[in-house]
Amino acid sequence: MRALQIIESAYRCTIEEQDDPAVWITHAMKGAGADLGVVLRANAVNYAVKNQDASGLVFGSLEQSQPPRIDQDIAALMDKNIDVYVLEEDCTERGIPSADFISGIQFINREQLPEVMEQYDQIWHW
Amino acid sequence: MSDNKTLTFSIMDGPFEQARTVTVMRLLNVAARRGYNINIFAYEGAVSLPFARQSKHPNAVHGRDIEEEDHPLPKDWIASLIKSTAANGGQLDWINCGLCVDERGMQESIEGVRRGTPGDLWKWACESDNTLIIGTR
Repeated sequence: MRALQIIESAYRCTIEEQDDPAVWITHAMKGAGADLGVVLRANAVNYAVKNQDASGLVFGSLEQSQPPRIDQDIAALMDKNIDVYVLEEDCTERGIPSADFISGIQFINREQLPEVMEQYDQIWHW
Repeated sequence: MSDNKTLTFSIMDGPFEQARTVTVMRLLNVAARRGYNINIFAYEGAVSLPFARQSKHPNAVHGRDIEEEDHPLPKDWIASLIKSTAANGGQLDWINCGLCVDERGMQESIEGVRRGTPGDLWKWACESDNTLIIGTR
């Protein structure tokens, strides 16, 4: 069974969790043997933008020592042979050029998305 | 309480779900640094924010043990903000809505958190320089 993770909701609780829960569970399920792919769409396309820096958070005297590193988490998905797609139109709407993305990302347009979905048995929308 | 301004906040979101939680903490942090008196009325899911039994955990996906992961806990943020506010001459008073606590079994809160009613929110709002409601969406 193959499942495609379409991740749309972004930066919802990344500071508290020090990652994104949809990305995290994709890693965890892959570790359990799952066959997965990922599509980043809407605001989540920014997850694949390189050189993000969420460090420096301090509340009172309490510093966050492990800020989220979402771009590295996405790169790590690809290191585990998970295909990661980004919707081109959503990048264009947000003014993010392709040069700003980490390497290995596969850009697809909205017309190509159904073809990608056809490669999977289930579509999970986060 | 000091003679500084007093701000009242009411928040509704629980931990580990929404960006609003961290946004509230950022606002509280600024107010704490300025020595404001801060009132927080935690309503609905927000009563879970100071829950004393929140625990750090290791994270195998990150490849880090419990110490390296150093997972943030809202209860610790709140405790730090209580201290920070006091150190800057203000006071942070946190009330959990009692009925909301009972619904969720969240009776065990950190020191500095007390139980109250919506009447406390209204009283605070009447006594404060301003009130900010951050509802759930």
